[in-house]
Amino acid sequence: MGNNILQVIYLLASVSFIAGLKFLGNPATARKGNIYAAIGMTIAIFGTIFLYKGPDGQSLKNLPFIFGGLLVGTFIGWVAAKRVQMTAMPEMVSLFNGMGGACAMLISIIEFQHITTDINLFLAANSGGEKTGLLLTIITGLIIGSVSFSGSMIAWGKLSGKVKDRSFPLQQYLSIGLLLVIIFFAYNVVAMRSEEFQTEFYLLLALALIYGVFFVMPIGGADMPVVISLLNSFTGVAAACGGFLYDNKVMLIGGILVGSAGTLLTIVMCNAMNRSLLNVLIGNFGGSNTAAAGNSSSVQGTIKEVSKSDAAILMKYAKKVVIVPGYGLAVAQAQHVVHELETLLEAEGVEVKYAIHPVAGRMPGHMNVLLAESNVSYDKLVEMEEINPEFATTDVVLVVGANDVVNPAAKTDPASPIYGMPILEVENAANVIVNKRSMKAGYAGIENELFYRPKTSMLFGDAKKALTELVSEIKSLG
Amino acid sequence: METTLQFIHNHIEMIYLIILMVFVGIELIGHVPSVLHTPLMSGANAIHGVVIIGSIIVMGQAEHTSSLILGFFAVVLGTLNVVGGFVVTDRMLEMFKKKK
Repeated sequence: MGNNILQVIYLLASVSFIAGLKFLGNPATARKGNIYAAIGMTIAIFGTIFLYKGPDGQSLKNLPFIFGGLLVGTFIGWVAAKRVQMTAMPEMVSLFNGMGGACAMLISIIEFQHITTDINLFLAANSGGEKTGLLLTIITGLIIGSVSFSGSMIAWGKLSGKVKDRSFPLQQYLSIGLLLVIIFFAYNVVAMRSEEFQTEFYLLLALALIYGVFFVMPIGGADMPVVISLLNSFTGVAAACGGFLYDNKVMLIGGILVGSAGTLLTIVMCNAMNRSLLNVLIGNFGGSNTAAAGNSSSVQGTIKEVSKSDAAILMKYAKKVVIVPGYGLAVAQAQHVVHELETLLEAEGVEVKYAIHPVAGRMPGHMNVLLAESNVSYDKLVEMEEINPEFATTDVVLVVGANDVVNPAAKTDPASPIYGMPILEVENAANVIVNKRSMKAGYAGIENELFYRPKTSMLFGDAKKALTELVSEIKSLG
Repeated sequence: METTLQFIHNHIEMIYLIILMVFVGIELIGHVPSVLHTPLMSGANAIHGVVIIGSIIVMGQAEHTSSLILGFFAVVLGTLNVVGGFVVTDRMLEMFKKKK
């Protein structure tokens, strides 16, 4: 009876995941979708705790520990998720993703220990195919979970500025070599070829963790969203391995669903940058060689600074202003003051729009989330394809902390590492004001010739501070 | 060969599920506006937290201290993934709700 109820619960949970993911794809229903999936998850968890019966028909033991773990995890997860700044969302997602990967990794370790404590019993109870299949599932879960865990930790460190991009010569070959060694040991363990296969299991664990680090380390910060999305789908597959292991359909469905949806999402993100996934992973964005080549060419000339009062006058008497938000706006938490600027200008009769590049900020949609937080109306956020033809009729473009997404080198300089990426063509506007903290290069690690153009003037300073001053300047103009 | 076929036969239901879910996943994400990529990734992130079910089963069957300790960590980490994932996604989507 209990087990039958559990199967129905799993069925409902699976449907909630599928429906939830479907609803998440539409702005009007997204929040509902998330809540459906959360409810499905909750009933699946409690159903498992109270109704699950092992192969011998016994219920789960150690309930106090299970509830203890749930409480600790809920508390930390809830507080962390509630406290995190909207700007730090991407690294938070990466962190939680790593936790899931680690969970899958630990399950594989425990199951392996379980099998090997009584190896003869295991050998006697399982025929050849089952035995190999079981070991293969455990090993796959171990490797993917570990790579996802260590990779996500590095991605998290990079996004929060704790870890720098690092690559060294021949790194790619070393990574590929490492991968081959991992496959070799995985085969060894699954086939139980040597007496030492237990030691090899732990070696495999260590190698997979190292591989995760190597995998993410050389990839530039600008590509982190793509990497996180990819690692996200990895964790999905690792979870599905657990589903296969326990013959548990809700784990399998949830895992594979995320695995395939995540992979597609990754590819869609790459397409938004006009690059292939392989190019992102191996392309070594911002790596020493390409960046150096990009640096030396074409960028010269003088930059022109603009005073706050001049910028204020320019914007106040403009007919149309387009604001291009970038990561600098997010870092400075300037989303509210930018909205203030927008309402102020609108009150003066200026038409104000926001140009949203698909990969502005650290994640696709990051800017939309931030600006929505400060109540910027939805229809003011214009996507790249629609806004690009409008720049020709725009009087002032205000670039707030964006760099690579407005770099004309993406169109003109085949040697540039971002060549081919679609950009916001702000150089077509009559005036471009660029707010940046310094002349430092953006995430791609390359110079931006836009800053040296005659139409461009620079407004240096922290985005929040600069915009606040700009707002008060415009107010004082009366 | 024989054993492989036997293995597939024994798990045919799961294999069907895997294949179908791959296609369902692709269909679901097909035409999503880029605005929603971040919340979607975050929501998917929470859903793969379903791995917690595995950690609960492992924990509930643990006999030895070592697997108890590892299992406890697995439950904590899995819960972090689930709770953190859903709460973060909800916070992101909360922002979208206030439009207009």
